[in-house]
Amino acid sequence: MSILVIAEHDNAEVKSSTLPTITAAQQLGDDIHVLVAGHNCGAAADETAKIAGVGKVLKADSAEFEHGLAENVAPLVQQIAANYSHVLAPASTYGKNIMPRAAALLDVQQISDISAIESEDTFVRPIYAGNAMATVQSGDSVKLITIRSTTFDAAEAEGGSASIEDVAATGDVGLSTYVGAELTKSERPELTSARIVVSGGRGMQNGENFAMLEKVADKLNAAVGASRAAVDAGYVPNDYQVGQTGKVVAPDLYIAVGISGAIQHLAGMKDSKVIVAINKDEEAPIFQIADYGWVEDLFKAVPELEAALG
Amino acid sequence: MKVLVPIKRVIDANIKVRVKADQSGVELNNVKMAMNPFCEIAVEEAIRMKEAGTVEEIVVVSAGPQNSQETLRTGLAMGADRGILIQTDTPLEPLAISKLLKAVVEKESPGLVILGKQAIDGDNNQTGQMLSALLGWSLGTFVSKIENADDSFTVTREVDGGLEIVKLTKPSIITVDLRLNEPRYASLPNIMKAKKKPVDNYTPEDLGVDVTPRVNTLKVTEPPARDAGVRVESAEELVEKLKNEAKVI
Repeated sequence: MSILVIAEHDNAEVKSSTLPTITAAQQLGDDIHVLVAGHNCGAAADETAKIAGVGKVLKADSAEFEHGLAENVAPLVQQIAANYSHVLAPASTYGKNIMPRAAALLDVQQISDISAIESEDTFVRPIYAGNAMATVQSGDSVKLITIRSTTFDAAEAEGGSASIEDVAATGDVGLSTYVGAELTKSERPELTSARIVVSGGRGMQNGENFAMLEKVADKLNAAVGASRAAVDAGYVPNDYQVGQTGKVVAPDLYIAVGISGAIQHLAGMKDSKVIVAINKDEEAPIFQIADYGWVEDLFKAVPELEAALG
Repeated sequence: MKVLVPIKRVIDANIKVRVKADQSGVELNNVKMAMNPFCEIAVEEAIRMKEAGTVEEIVVVSAGPQNSQETLRTGLAMGADRGILIQTDTPLEPLAISKLLKAVVEKESPGLVILGKQAIDGDNNQTGQMLSALLGWSLGTFVSKIENADDSFTVTREVDGGLEIVKLTKPSIITVDLRLNEPRYASLPNIMKAKKKPVDNYTPEDLGVDVTPRVNTLKVTEPPARDAGVRVESAEELVEKLKNEAKVI
């Protein structure tokens, strides 16, 4: 049977979360179809067709799919899922919103946020904020799964030449309306795909002090993140949050500044290859998982680090 | 408007969970339990809507073992009006919970079901979305702001790129995120009063729902351990190690 991947995109571009999801699909089967549901989404469909490993792109181009509302996309997924053994989506806010609605329509118990594939019906996923790993076996005939994008390599964005097939729209169910968005604009790399992340916590004391981290981030071409405490305190917007209920990141280098290391924060970053912790409290739990720990007042350490990076 | 708030009893968020030696799950015996933190935010929001005069009655509902009653009492002590316990010792998956909640919604006819975006035990993040599908209701997930109008809710959603605003036609399912509010603590007089508030009891059979698990948990293991590394004393030393030892910059 074929595998269906639901692409995350903004009609113009495919989001980076789609690429590891395609890699996960390749571990389940050879014939991979990717659904691009949007409006005026030809560019996103063309880009998807070029991703290595994609066999076919299913383009559902209609006004009701423009903003990816779950109420409208889920019936489309329901309609085409029967042709597939597995339906995969990234465990991003996009996938988390749509997939369970589709799963319930199909009477399927979705498997969320898997970090490894053991076989076609057996998967590993973190539970309790990653403090335990559950190996679970699905008994459903069609398996709906969301993918933890940090534990699967990104598929190559180039090299494929899939055909693009139009699929019929399923109509606007008329339950909700997109009003608008306030998306954070940044010249820096995206948090979930950046090779280096510099994050600040409550120790930053206010939003203005994040400028210090931004200077370090600029020298390293890094993304800037934050702990829940910093977001709750209003220092930075919600989309900076790394943790159990925020974003999960696994960069080559994660620099945690003024972050104590609460369980729910570690859940979002402990798969990083190298972790640096800078904190004046030498008892901070973050030091227990840091490869390099520097016990120092961050207001002294961060400018020195910036200078040392040249 | 009546509001239904599904809530879940989980290991207290401040407790470090321990995996059982036989790999059958995590240790739940003699571990402090509490209401899932996201559920507390949902209860709080319902109470604020009632205080604002847009809600007449708040019903908290929990599905699980008998001691989920304690979690219902916590919700009642915060300010909910009555509780519903769906008692079962079968481990419940989100799809089964959604079916139970659908049956309760059909009995209670609320205008809004507000619930946490995820429980911090299974981290599934599914129940609200599934319930919305089964009911055919509008859905707002990961919500940090709610504006209530006559026939709709306008919600602000926390999405990966920032914030998104969606208008939901009532009745609706809203799943709440961290920044929606700061939940109150129950006062001692309210804890006493909560003991007298009514709680109805059902079983899945009473509601005609088959809760047989679809997913078999084969084992639960410790995550890969990560050891503490070395201490550095200066920025120069740190940069040198990142360049030459870790080779990440």
